[in-house]
Amino acid sequence: MIEYLKAHPDEVTQYFIAHVWLSVLPVVFGLLIALPIGWLASRYRWTYPPITNIAGLLYTIPSLALFIIMPSIIQTKILSPVNVVVALTVYTVALLVRVVADGLNSVPEDVRAAATAMGFKGIGRFLRVELPIAVPVITAGVRVATVSNVSLVSVGALIGVAQLGSLFTEGFSRNVMSVVLLGILLCLLLALILDGVILLLNRWLTPWQRLSGVTGREIPEPAPQLDAKKEVVA
Amino acid sequence: MIKFESVVKRYPDGTVAVNGLDLVAPSGQITVFVGPSGCGKTTSLRMINRMIEPTSGRIWLDDQDTGSVDAATLRRGIGYVIQHAGLFPHRTIVDNVATVPFLLGWDRKKARARAMELMERVGLPAAFASRYPAQLSGGQQQRVGVARALAADPPVMLMDEPFSAVDPVVRHELQEEFLRLQSELGKTIVFVTHDIDEAVKLGDQVAVLKVGGTLAQLATPAQLLTDPVDDFVAGFVGRDRGYRALGFETSGDLPTHTEQTVSLGDDGAKVQQAAVEGWVLAVDSERKPIGWVSVHAVPPGQTVRPELLQRGGTTAPIGGSLRAALDAALSSPSGRGVLVDENDVLIGTISAGEVIERIEKQLASRRSVGAEPAPTPGTSK
Repeated sequence: MIEYLKAHPDEVTQYFIAHVWLSVLPVVFGLLIALPIGWLASRYRWTYPPITNIAGLLYTIPSLALFIIMPSIIQTKILSPVNVVVALTVYTVALLVRVVADGLNSVPEDVRAAATAMGFKGIGRFLRVELPIAVPVITAGVRVATVSNVSLVSVGALIGVAQLGSLFTEGFSRNVMSVVLLGILLCLLLALILDGVILLLNRWLTPWQRLSGVTGREIPEPAPQLDAKKEVVA
Repeated sequence: MIKFESVVKRYPDGTVAVNGLDLVAPSGQITVFVGPSGCGKTTSLRMINRMIEPTSGRIWLDDQDTGSVDAATLRRGIGYVIQHAGLFPHRTIVDNVATVPFLLGWDRKKARARAMELMERVGLPAAFASRYPAQLSGGQQQRVGVARALAADPPVMLMDEPFSAVDPVVRHELQEEFLRLQSELGKTIVFVTHDIDEAVKLGDQVAVLKVGGTLAQLATPAQLLTDPVDDFVAGFVGRDRGYRALGFETSGDLPTHTEQTVSLGDDGAKVQQAAVEGWVLAVDSERKPIGWVSVHAVPPGQTVRPELLQRGGTTAPIGGSLRAALDAALSSPSGRGVLVDENDVLIGTISAGEVIERIEKQLASRRSVGAEPAPTPGTSK
């Protein structure tokens, strides 16, 4: 394993970098597409069941099949990495639409009402009130989508898109299991790194979440103002 | 002034939430909408800032038809406080309070300075500014809610059951402070509650609404208690109406008896000598009443100690309500009700019989003036 890494450092590095891009880009595109669709499913409740059901169906398409038919749909070359990015974006959208809708639905009704009553308008209310509050729920979905993408990208090796999955096909065809193992370990490492990055991002975006559970009791309630009309014990 | 003109809200399924509401909420006063659930009180409130659009009719804000202005602009000029406060959990307290100034495009520094000023005004320590709503108690959150509604100094405030989700002690505190704030600010306020006691306590005028969204009675709290217009209102206003109405009868100068007093640390002998019918009033160094002492509790040779005091009695401010005076007499272990001045300093005592005598005299003179109806509020202006 180590020998292979020493013999082909550039190749493995290229695989790794390609794998990062192929996993991360679909998450970014998928999230951008899922946000408006999820908003729709949350804003107009009757659209929630059809939208989430269609999204669920998309996810059941086998990845290899999707990689193979993608060129005929979007007119790309069969070996183009774009096929993998677009196919995984489809999966990410499928996963995240429901998560975004659920996240937005988790915004308490009184908070929503208060935002409207303060004079927030549609898009401002979404970006400045609803979306920030939905971040923790959406983050949970993004973590699942990212890790699942890291694993799905490797399937792309079967259609010849170079990334860490190529170590599986190489190791298999040459019957060298240590190369396969190297690929698995690097995939795992990448998944852990990306997951950590998302967690950090979530922490940065939701400073209020860390503080929940702390109550206001540390600072005493202001003393009630006594006035003559109040009943005083005598 | 807020004016409802034949306002109707009918939902697509045929439910009528508000059915031809006509009323005026006068400027600078608190108008309370009260009624059982399903009476359309919250719907009526939310039609003022167009969170709900009326099916027909008009609502005027002074001389402006609310239907003719942009809804978001209208809302930024109307303060809004709701049950559970509805604070933005992802924003610090100071930024919650500064919400509307931010929306109005104020300079951020100026908006935060204004927010700090309001936090102080509603009794929140400055240290709360950088905290998040989850770190505050329910009562504190509601104070933030009030501060947020006041931030851009709107002339009109809408309050939807703002104090109903907190415990009774905090509610009492918030109500008292709310009245104090209103006496300083003089906003035009529409306040929704299902609690008739809260309505009577806070309202300058009270609108009792019936299920189906019609106005049953619009009256001052005193009128509502003494002269409910029909069985529904009478039933809703509830028991003890006569007693509660005394809360709106000022006592004028009540005849008081001077009272011998003792202080903490005095000997039992002094208690024996000063007591009348077995009881003597204890006061502190500023002559504020602190409790009653029984001659049996402090025999000669012992001293008056805090734990020996009987603290069951309430005090009534002189010139306050007859209800407070009667309650002071009824709750006092000695049967003598304690009257105090505006600084809580002892003036003297009065018996329940004497208070009742005063009540009968006042009510009798009212009856002899005749059945001339009191003016209905809100019809002018």
